[in-house]
Amino acid sequence: MTPLVIAGHTFSSRLFTGTGKFSSLPLMEEALLASGSELVTVALKRVDVHNQSDDMLQHVHHPQLKLLPNTSGVRTAKEAVYAAQLAREALETNWLKLEIHPDPRYLLPDPIETLKAAEELVKLGFIVLPYVHADPVLCKRLEEVGTAAVMPLGAPIGSNKGLKTIDFLEIIVEQSNVPVVVDAGIGSPSDAAKAMEIGADAVLVNTAIAVAANPVLMAQAFRQAVLAGRQAYEAGLAPVHRQAVASSPLIGFLDEV
Amino acid sequence: MSGFRNIFDQHNWEEEKASIYAKTSRDVEAALAAGKRTLEDFKALISPAAAPYLEQMAQQSRRLTQQRFGHTMQLYIPLYLSNECQNICTYCGFSLDNKIARKTLNKEEILREVEVIKAMGYDHVLLVTGEANQTVGVDYFREAMQLIRPHFSNISMEVQPMDQEDYAALIPHGLHGVLVYQETYHQADYKLHHPKGKKSNFYYRLDTPDRLGKAGIHKIGLGVLIGLEDWRTDSFFTALHLQYLEKTYWQTKYSISFPRLRPCSGGLAPKVVMSDRELVQLICAYRLLDQEVELSLSTRETPKFRDNVIKLGITALSAGSKTNPGGYATDLSSLEQFEISDDRSPAGISHMLRTQGYEPVWKDWEEGY
Repeated sequence: MTPLVIAGHTFSSRLFTGTGKFSSLPLMEEALLASGSELVTVALKRVDVHNQSDDMLQHVHHPQLKLLPNTSGVRTAKEAVYAAQLAREALETNWLKLEIHPDPRYLLPDPIETLKAAEELVKLGFIVLPYVHADPVLCKRLEEVGTAAVMPLGAPIGSNKGLKTIDFLEIIVEQSNVPVVVDAGIGSPSDAAKAMEIGADAVLVNTAIAVAANPVLMAQAFRQAVLAGRQAYEAGLAPVHRQAVASSPLIGFLDEV
Repeated sequence: MSGFRNIFDQHNWEEEKASIYAKTSRDVEAALAAGKRTLEDFKALISPAAAPYLEQMAQQSRRLTQQRFGHTMQLYIPLYLSNECQNICTYCGFSLDNKIARKTLNKEEILREVEVIKAMGYDHVLLVTGEANQTVGVDYFREAMQLIRPHFSNISMEVQPMDQEDYAALIPHGLHGVLVYQETYHQADYKLHHPKGKKSNFYYRLDTPDRLGKAGIHKIGLGVLIGLEDWRTDSFFTALHLQYLEKTYWQTKYSISFPRLRPCSGGLAPKVVMSDRELVQLICAYRLLDQEVELSLSTRETPKFRDNVIKLGITALSAGSKTNPGGYATDLSSLEQFEISDDRSPAGISHMLRTQGYEPVWKDWEEGY
């Protein structure tokens, strides 16, 4: 499998994971390690930024795990920029998953505030990975302001509904010059494999692992599904057979003298 | 230097050519059945191995074209403003070493031409010149557009490559689209055919669509001059260029043209002859690769060929064209850039289109909104 490069950093795993919703921090740690993931997103709101011995941080402190603080909970660009600066100082990383969702029920991302925040954060030196709707035009606009990747949703966050936006994800993958990470909604390993098969560069999975009956086993399943999906993409999927019917020959004129 | 040049330099002409000619019927069948086609699929579709599949390609191409463009056909007409040229192009009637009378239209002459073209029904005009920056430079174009703009909704240009600032300066004066053909992506042959003048700079020409994209032009036309080199390899590079541009300048529209080298005064014979069958194959291959791209066919082609091929993927036609400056009203006998093959009037072409169930579209843009 070809490695994934985001902002100059190389990942051998294309499965990114989250840290929410686990029944215990030790179980979370075990699942994260079982997933093979090398990028783990952490909600800034859950971390005690003034305490380096914060319990959550202790459990994600492994050399192979890169931290991706997220701005979950902020509702405006202004709040996001403030949260990002806080995260950079506290966690000593300029990587950031930009999430702005003013809607508390579905946690749907605000495209206008996200674009505003992304533009400013890039200027401030952040490596910005924005969580967005599967909106192809928005993704191109974000790319143009300098985001390191785009993270379109497959379905509402935490819903486990799968790739409801697949038609738009395909357009985003086709058009993007930056890595595309399908984020939110992925409910099963087959969803993750499908996202990889259509050419997504990575997937981010949290709820489907954290709330599974056996999160560690599920993490392993996702690890294999992402690998299989990527391999299928790189191998080139065999075509769906469509019979062409030449009911009214169109090129007969070429044979006429 | 960023831009397409970086991608181009990673590709080797001979390797790409060998790869195209090595494609098999299995590759063609896979390409025909694929949902989203890649450049490798495109190679298979333009390869000799695809020849027996032409009917299938045509059927699919027609279906995709109708799905995206419906039953409409864009009509355009060239307005040759000047045949002055400081370049030597071995195949072109305007070449510097071709001792012909040179002509650049003045304001009154431009307006006379405009009157005739408007009377034909056109609302979209393509301005064409040779490359003579001293007399036909950005200032001349600006003045010409100021004259022309009140009469046309849509102005395109097929003139010498210019700097990004020049394109940007012309957009407020109504410049909507720019056609710039690479002629050939084969660097050594490019040098051979363009030994003198600014045009001999291969990379300046190659970078032109990047400059247009950065300037924010609405539409860019690409293509090669078919006959200078192996058309399959040249078309692969055109498709590579197209895909790069579509991803990078994503707010721009794109068109492809298929000029087959035609006889002209003092010009050379084509090195490579492309048959009608091969041109149909190429048109269909572009459509199967790219559902959105506009495909344009000029009056270089014969009436019979044009009447049949419009159903297979073409979305734009020229009609009633004169390829000499002043050819519509001012100086009917001045030298043509090349001979045309379809001399039917726009009304005649319009009638033919309607007979075949197509609506002729005389403009496709209105600057007012």
